[in-house]
Amino acid sequence: MEPAVELSGAELRRGPRTLWSGQDLQVRPGEFVAVLGPNGSGKTTLLQVLLGLLDLSAGSVAIHGSPPRRGNPTVGYIPQQRSLDPLTPLRGRDLVGLGLDGHRWGPGFGGRTRRRERVQEALAQVDALEYSDAPVGSLSGGEQQRLRVAQALVGDPSLLLADEPLLSLDLARQRMVVDLVDRRRREHDTAVVFVTHELNPVLPVVDRILYLVEGKFRIGTPDEVMTSENLSELYRTEVEVVRVRGRIVVVGAEESPLHCEEPVEVGAR
Amino acid sequence: MSTLELLQLDFVRDALIAGGVLALLAGLLGPLIVGRGMAFAVHGTSELSFAGGAGALLLFGAGAVGWGALVGAVLVALVFGALGLAAHERDSVIGVLLSFGLGLGVLFQSLYTGRSANKFGLLVGQIVGIDTGDLISLAVTGLVVVGVLALTYRPLLFASLDPTMAAARGVPVRALSIAFAVLLGATTALGVQIVGALLVLSLLITPAAAAARVTASPLLATVLAILFAEVAVLGGIVLSLAPGLPISPFVAGIAFLLYLICRVAGSVRTRRRASRTVVPSGPDATSTSSQSALANQSPRPRS
Repeated sequence: MEPAVELSGAELRRGPRTLWSGQDLQVRPGEFVAVLGPNGSGKTTLLQVLLGLLDLSAGSVAIHGSPPRRGNPTVGYIPQQRSLDPLTPLRGRDLVGLGLDGHRWGPGFGGRTRRRERVQEALAQVDALEYSDAPVGSLSGGEQQRLRVAQALVGDPSLLLADEPLLSLDLARQRMVVDLVDRRRREHDTAVVFVTHELNPVLPVVDRILYLVEGKFRIGTPDEVMTSENLSELYRTEVEVVRVRGRIVVVGAEESPLHCEEPVEVGAR
Repeated sequence: MSTLELLQLDFVRDALIAGGVLALLAGLLGPLIVGRGMAFAVHGTSELSFAGGAGALLLFGAGAVGWGALVGAVLVALVFGALGLAAHERDSVIGVLLSFGLGLGVLFQSLYTGRSANKFGLLVGQIVGIDTGDLISLAVTGLVVVGVLALTYRPLLFASLDPTMAAARGVPVRALSIAFAVLLGATTALGVQIVGALLVLSLLITPAAAAARVTASPLLATVLAILFAEVAVLGGIVLSLAPGLPISPFVAGIAFLLYLICRVAGSVRTRRRASRTVVPSGPDATSTSSQSALANQSPRPRS
């Protein structure tokens, strides 16, 4: 089967810095890959490459066998939760609709009925129909993030990219987002590349981990990657990986357990 | 003459047509301006448009005012558009350019020795000065703005209200910001000639801000903004006829009244919704309040 994502010998430089190089990664349809690593290790830039917003410095990348391109309808994207302005003149269904055809030019008079149906389906998939007519700014952070998931699913993607979608959500809502994404990939064989700061919320569903640290990386199942030996080598310092009641705790890495990372904008302003 | 008799006059009819077209454009652009948080940029654009118009009046006479206003507005709108949505820096640059433009305009007006109605009109609006040539250029501008909007509306709305996602979906956010600025500049230049530089905001902002208070649907907000703008302009022109006063205070007055009504109606609506959602209806509703409290604490960029 054709991989959803295929990177081979991929390298990305930003100015004099090499973020990562020699990257070979294949993501199968329906596979859930978590991307971990400290700030500035190039997690978000990896997503930008897959979205077609950044070019590789060397190597090749393919999404379902073709080069990435902007606005690819088969690629869905979930951003960080950031509250929308209370006066944003959009209802929930408008936000989801923008995910479907917001990038399209032209008046878009045709296919209104089909459009409404697809928006409705996406809202139903995340159980957001109840508040789909309320102004988005009046909704809670969890409700807004549900709409973000629907916005990513409305194009019926076969690849789902998520950039720290759990940041600033509480535990219950983190689980909700992970469950929605997991349900989607099981029911529709959608491949998932999930950038996250914290492994534990996705640990029950994750197939493989890509761990990036200063240009070096490890790929494998959680058990293969998350060992004291591996992470000590990546971080070049003594790091201990401890398993406590089904959770993985990393001690000693310069990884902040709190969410103090500055939100990274996709695309320069 | 009574208002009814005045309405028979050709120049009044021309003014009503011009006002109608302007209100249509203002209503179409307004919700996007409000969504992008560009009210201050509109004010800055109108002052620079005033400077352009006054400069053209001084150098080339009354016939060139429209072109001067257009050049001034589009030039400065391009600068604002290039600044993008970074509100913090944008505001101070607008303040700097606005005051400079106003100063230039005042200088040009002081040096101008022709009819005083010509110069006063650029600030507070005039309807006497609109002739057939103006109507044609107005119609052309109107068609161009509506045409460009029809082609770019969805990406423009996406980039204006949800810029991060729009960029991720490959929408050229920056290029659209500049294209929008040109549309805004052209519309502002028309507004300066009809309602005057000081009160362009009453047409480009107030109707859309009023609509935003009563609906969150982009389509309905646009329809309401057009309706409110038409009522304000056409009503303002008719009311200004008999007393022989400038039209801008009437336009601004009607628009403000509509805004007040919408604000009251909107707050009633919000209170109803709030009282509806007090009862927890599912697992998501139980900690809604703590969630929004958290969201309020986290600093987020306001655009």
